[in-house]
Amino acid sequence: MLTLTSPVEIWAHGMPAGPKLALMAAATTGLFVLATPVALAVVLLATATLYATGGARFAGAGLRLLRPLWPFVVVVAVWHLWTGELTGGVVVLLRMISAVALANFVTITTQLSDMMAVFQWLARPFRAFGLSPRRLALAVALTIRFIPVMLERMTRIRESWSARSPHRPRWRVLVPATLAALDDAERVAEALRARGGAG
Amino acid sequence: MERNLTHIALFAALIAVLGLVPKIDLAAGVPITAQSLGIMLCGTVLGARRGALAVLLFLALVALGLPLLSGGRGGLGVFASPSVGYLVGFPVAAFFTGWLMERTTLSVGLAAGLSAVIGGIGVLYAFGIVGMSVMLDKTLSEAAFLGMAFLPGDLVKAVIAGLITQSLARMRPGVVMSRP
Repeated sequence: MLTLTSPVEIWAHGMPAGPKLALMAAATTGLFVLATPVALAVVLLATATLYATGGARFAGAGLRLLRPLWPFVVVVAVWHLWTGELTGGVVVLLRMISAVALANFVTITTQLSDMMAVFQWLARPFRAFGLSPRRLALAVALTIRFIPVMLERMTRIRESWSARSPHRPRWRVLVPATLAALDDAERVAEALRARGGAG
Repeated sequence: MERNLTHIALFAALIAVLGLVPKIDLAAGVPITAQSLGIMLCGTVLGARRGALAVLLFLALVALGLPLLSGGRGGLGVFASPSVGYLVGFPVAAFFTGWLMERTTLSVGLAAGLSAVIGGIGVLYAFGIVGMSVMLDKTLSEAAFLGMAFLPGDLVKAVIAGLITQSLARMRPGVVMSRP
């Protein structure tokens, strides 16, 4: 399973995850206070500089992560060109791109295990409701382990559909996939109980 | 205890898988991504509490930095994008879908379909539209107009959620945990 952590190691990989997240949260809050195009353009420039310190390959990977935003960029651009209220459109776009880019920066410079440690720390207040850090870690590990298992099974179900039908798979392939997930859940629960429970 | 945990974890995995597999054809040959269908199924099959927790676990994995949202999106960036309202609405939608499912006395398939429409579309859209309105600085009605583009596809997904839940209940009575 691939994570989004960048294979290009930069200085920010060495920063502890907690403060990095806190800084990002503060910066994002700041973005919603700023309301002039100039101020927001400065922030975007600063964000771009942050990426540039990682080198061309790192910055390129960062740009690719912004690609899913393009439908919003198109909608906002068309909308504001049509209403003629251009400043508002520029503010929205600059803010959106900076906010997403800053959050992505934290994600691609933090290892999954470090992020998990922060999550377990954040989840501590919920221990009273039965969510122990250990149980949370077990659930996360189970999910990550079963995603490739289910993908593999889904591929096999689709193949057996294709062997029988000239059409592409339809919704019916989801019934055995869901049923198999339910069966797996029962079996894994039994296995956990046999080994001393979820703790 | 263990059963709750494993059902939550495996349905979180199911939501991820539904977003990663190649698109599935509707009867008319229109391809759809099935991720929001996974949210509906969490409610209709697991019930309110377990369903919402499965969706929360899935979102935690996305926030941890795994590219599990449809289209390979993930990381903290998606929580800063205009679609954040839908992400916040996902667990609430699953909860409401399951809550309705647990309370109606309609037949399983019909109950699941209707719960998915009210929870998985009504509740989800309310969150999504508020999110877009804030992030894109639009009025609620303008944001609602933008959000309606996905309505036809989501209505079909609600029907499919009903059909799947009904098939599960027929194939293996007792497996639909929202209807003990």
